[in-house]
Amino acid sequence: VSAHVVPTRVYYAIFGILMICTALTVGIAFIDLGPFNVVAALTIAVFKATLVVLFFMHVKYSSKLTKFVVASCLFFLACLFGLTFTDYLSRGWYASPRGTTMAGTQVTVGPAAPARPAAEAKPEGAAEGAAAH
Amino acid sequence: VADVAHHPALAHQFDSLGQQTEAATLGMWVFLVTEVLFFGGLFLTYAVYRSFYPAAFSAASHELDILLGGINTAVLITSSLTMALAVHAAQLGQRRLLMIFLVVTMVLGTVFLGIKAVEYYHKFAEHHVPGATFQFEREHQRHAQIFFSLYFIMTGLHAIHMIIGIAVLLVMWIWAWRGRITSDYAGPIEISGLYWHFVDIVWIFLFPLLYLIGRHA
Repeated sequence: VSAHVVPTRVYYAIFGILMICTALTVGIAFIDLGPFNVVAALTIAVFKATLVVLFFMHVKYSSKLTKFVVASCLFFLACLFGLTFTDYLSRGWYASPRGTTMAGTQVTVGPAAPARPAAEAKPEGAAEGAAAH
Repeated sequence: VADVAHHPALAHQFDSLGQQTEAATLGMWVFLVTEVLFFGGLFLTYAVYRSFYPAAFSAASHELDILLGGINTAVLITSSLTMALAVHAAQLGQRRLLMIFLVVTMVLGTVFLGIKAVEYYHKFAEHHVPGATFQFEREHQRHAQIFFSLYFIMTGLHAIHMIIGIAVLLVMWIWAWRGRITSDYAGPIEISGLYWHFVDIVWIFLFPLLYLIGRHA
């Protein structure tokens, strides 16, 4: 009468894969892959989340309307991250020809401390931004 | 539509129990989308600050207990399995099995919260709670506080969701005990399961992002 009944062996199989992926993500964290450590961690996390959504949360067997709502979630997340990072990642790219600081201003976060450690004084890309104006 | 064998759990605005469950599932998903964006704002904040201060985030992340975090991840994934099995039992009308799986799920959720409490205690003892008494290696003193602020807000909000989830499952257990849940009316268990799995998914992202940064260094 109600929703699709998923055989329990599917649940046990998904559980096994999720556990293996957890061990995998811990293992990979101890190997130096440079910038790809984050990529690997997020890829595994997205894979695990997808399995949970499709099988434990039955979206694979749900109506098209439910699938659409679930997918809309990714769209809204993309807007949130996309629009925010177009701002944060592009700060300091442009300096106005007339020397105004209206555009191309590097915004530092938090109050400026008098003696800031050199290693982390400014975000990445701050040096170019400062040089531009 | 004629009321052919009107089920006591069927609300008058629905044609059938199937339609009622479908509407409830959809409504729950709409709520979960807002939840994703609620947590999404925090993940975004995390992403921005981590891109600003990668070294401080790496150093602060090293202070978290990878063993306790890993055990908690396994505990939560296991609880998701028992939750899925509870839904399965509810759909087949296996009342006893449903009640057992609900209890196991609640126990695993409580174990998670207990381990989390131990971790929080360590952080207080080590002065890693942001504020006037915060202590960290001088080089990262300021920016490590941002990491730990996010750590406490994100894991704290997650823990609140866990507590609510356990409370919801407790209500479901009482409903099952009273015989309100049948194979015709397993919807409430399915909806509660959606919430529980969502909380699991949040942790699936929190664990690598908080505990596993720069471990190779």
